[in-house]
Amino acid sequence: MAMDESVRKAVLAAVPSLRAFAISLCGSVDRADDLVQETLLRALANIDSFQPGTNMSAWLFTILRNHFRSEYRKRRREVEDGEGRYAETLKSQPEQYGQVEFKEFRQALTQLPADQREALVLVGASGFSYEEAANICGCAVGTIKSRVNRARTRLAELLDIDGTSEFGPDETTRAVLAGHDHP
Amino acid sequence: METASTSNNKKPNSKSAKLSRDVQTRLGQQLRAMYDEVVGQGVPDRFTELLNQLDSDENKDRH
Repeated sequence: MAMDESVRKAVLAAVPSLRAFAISLCGSVDRADDLVQETLLRALANIDSFQPGTNMSAWLFTILRNHFRSEYRKRRREVEDGEGRYAETLKSQPEQYGQVEFKEFRQALTQLPADQREALVLVGASGFSYEEAANICGCAVGTIKSRVNRARTRLAELLDIDGTSEFGPDETTRAVLAGHDHP
Repeated sequence: METASTSNNKKPNSKSAKLSRDVQTRLGQQLRAMYDEVVGQGVPDRFTELLNQLDSDENKDRH
């Protein structure tokens, strides 16, 4: 069966956001692009299980998330590694993020437990509702809400924002960068 | 005379305290800025090529 033009369009439209989600999950652009590619192959091989009229983007996010989780568990078992060590690995490769600007924030994000990180990104950046995020992660809405709250609290601690001080020295750096953004 | 909890105690209990609206807003802005930076890169060629490739493979299979 040839690919339906509307399917093709919907899949391509979801790619930019899928990449952003994948990068936030695995921390590496190269790995993220592989993850997106594997997701598209899986999705298109199982396109018959997609229900027309439902949210294509949420369906693709679910596939990507589950694929990442199973790969991640496999890798963890292989090296008998904890989340902390994995986060350390990510921290040692900051150049992979490409953007100096968000380095501090990304590093803090990688230090969150995976379930909190994905919940925060789905709700806070991908624009999914709590209900949609719960469907994607296969858990209760209340669980998503509490993960998002814990993620925010932890991030605020890691970035040392308590509501009374600014973001830290990086605030100045960002202001300077922003001021020279235009040629 | 001051009580045990001094008057300049601005962080009552950072672990359990609810984050202020301001902090939540700033975290949200950072998160979205980071995310949108990637979204703004659009669709890399490898994905358009992948779909073209799959499409032509499927057509070949059919004929």
